[in-house]
Amino acid sequence: MKLYEYLAKEIFSKNGLPVPKGYLCLSPEDAARAALELGPVAVKAQILAGGRGKAGGITFAATPEEAGIATARLLGSEIRGYPVTRVLVEEKLNIQGELYLGFTVDTSDRRPVALASCQGGVNIEEVPPEKLVRLLIDPLFGFSSYSALYLGLRLGLKGELLKEFVSLALILYWIFMKYDAELVEINPLAIVEGHLIAADARLNIDDDALYRHPEIEVIEDGSELEKAIKNLGLAYVQLDGNIAVLANGAGITMATLDTLEKFGGRAANFLDAGGGAGAEPMAKALDLILDTGPRAVLINIFGGITRCDEVARALIQVKEKRGQTVPIILRLVGTNEDEAYRLLKTYGIEAFKGMPEAVAAVVSATQKL
Amino acid sequence: MSVLINEETKVLIQGITGSQGFFHTRQMLAYGTRVVAGVTPGKGGEQVLNIPVYNTVREAVEKHEPDAAAIFVPAAKAYEAAVESVEAGIKLVVIISEHLPLQDTIKLLVLAKTRGVTIIGPNTFGIIVPSKCKIGIMPNTIYRPGPVGIVARSGTLSYEVASGLSGIGLGQSTVIGIGGDRVVGLNFVECLELFARDPLTEAIVMVGEIGGTAEEEAATYIKNKKLIKPVVAYVAGSSAPPGKRMGHAGAIIERGRGTYQSKIRALTEAGVKVATYPWEVAGLIRQLL
Repeated sequence: MKLYEYLAKEIFSKNGLPVPKGYLCLSPEDAARAALELGPVAVKAQILAGGRGKAGGITFAATPEEAGIATARLLGSEIRGYPVTRVLVEEKLNIQGELYLGFTVDTSDRRPVALASCQGGVNIEEVPPEKLVRLLIDPLFGFSSYSALYLGLRLGLKGELLKEFVSLALILYWIFMKYDAELVEINPLAIVEGHLIAADARLNIDDDALYRHPEIEVIEDGSELEKAIKNLGLAYVQLDGNIAVLANGAGITMATLDTLEKFGGRAANFLDAGGGAGAEPMAKALDLILDTGPRAVLINIFGGITRCDEVARALIQVKEKRGQTVPIILRLVGTNEDEAYRLLKTYGIEAFKGMPEAVAAVVSATQKL
Repeated sequence: MSVLINEETKVLIQGITGSQGFFHTRQMLAYGTRVVAGVTPGKGGEQVLNIPVYNTVREAVEKHEPDAAAIFVPAAKAYEAAVESVEAGIKLVVIISEHLPLQDTIKLLVLAKTRGVTIIGPNTFGIIVPSKCKIGIMPNTIYRPGPVGIVARSGTLSYEVASGLSGIGLGQSTVIGIGGDRVVGLNFVECLELFARDPLTEAIVMVGEIGGTAEEEAATYIKNKKLIKPVVAYVAGSSAPPGKRMGHAGAIIERGRGTYQSKIRALTEAGVKVATYPWEVAGLIRQLL
């Protein structure tokens, strides 16, 4: 789960990291009031995506009026696909240098890693490898002051800045661990009047660890439909095509979308009903995607734990309930396959045993419409 | 011969009294797996499917000396359950549970390494040696004994592939699910090493997906070690948009990493035959054997 910048900064500040003075604002009036107190400000759209500076999500304002105008322009606009509903109005920093510091998990080394660079303020993926210091952290030993010192020295820091960097890096790692973060990042870590300050903040919390952080308010990312289906415990991603897809298991669902694309179709969604899904969740999932108004539906089930006759019953149940629907193309093989085909036949529903045949059928069904 | 487990392997089930643990224990018994004990704290002394249940792993180990543990415990308790098995001296721990916190998995893997324990998963469908031993949740009906080793990140997709192979008379030596999470124990490279050494395995199928760099690392291994057994790969997610998690925690293109193109390029350069569609895998294997 991604946190908004202002929430990440709240956590940073609470744990002793220096952040700019600022206020969360929901209206131009709020923003003008904040700017009256702060002087020249940065007005920053609060969205759950990076690269917002380039997309026009950050504006500087010299006066309260300008801050109000900038806020009015940002609120209600859309940046990188996210509607802006709130802005952070912060004191404008007189930045003399920009560094980068972050902690994340190196998934191939299976341990945390510290990342630091003397080239902050840009997308860290664009920093040349020789300018990026990576330090793997043994989770048994943690991240110690000598490691922080090593990083600071590699960035070329000296004196007071080096001291500040060491204590700041230790706190940032502490936050990374304490909040079950997947990523914690300060970019840029700004040098302002000889001191370090977190000009931006990113904190992504591991979804699977949220249950042990009741103090953190859950931020739901994604569209309303995505949220609704996710709340049913199903893995769902909205896509921009017109063929709704339902399959069982993440891998087979992805493979179904890939095949559909290669056959000239466009998927409306990714919906994984689960590797062992029974009739009930299957029917519910099918109902939901029919509600999204696709041109056709493709169901791809490899019955293992999921029994084919249960899938057939789910489909029959939904068809009986809804009456006329858009074409539903079914690919069904595996456990209790014969029983399933017998059931489907009595209801006049056609099913395919091969994935290519089913995908070709759904693509041609949408092209006929 | 087989990889990691065989018909002698004695298995302990943690969470045997839960609905998932119970259901799959029955399936494993039906397959012929030697399930020797179960553990559920507070249910010690009971019998489930004629299997004795203990409160702690240590008691079960003292009485039955299991070789492997399967974890069917909810995510919030799965770390502790796995650590309990590691500490009690079990050398293979298969974590079926999904949604373990990342930091729990990382800590567990460090501990397991210090004890020389192999962790499969989390979020895996398990491991199976056809007709001999199954530790996991895969269907009982699709596998046949034979020369093809399969290693996969995804369950159902690997079932599709295994079933395609069985359908044309090509059985499997061992099938290993490494898990759909971002951080997992046993990885592609380690499985390739195991298959390389296994005399029964003549060809290998890798079922990968977008996200992470496990497929690229496998490609580097194949290239450098000049793995002499033929490898066929299928990678899911060619149509997945970046930044979206496709069902598995690990199946996400993040910050330009983990793309389909990068994996296919690496595998092709290493001489791996890459199938465009999952149903092509069996045919490609037949050509290579």
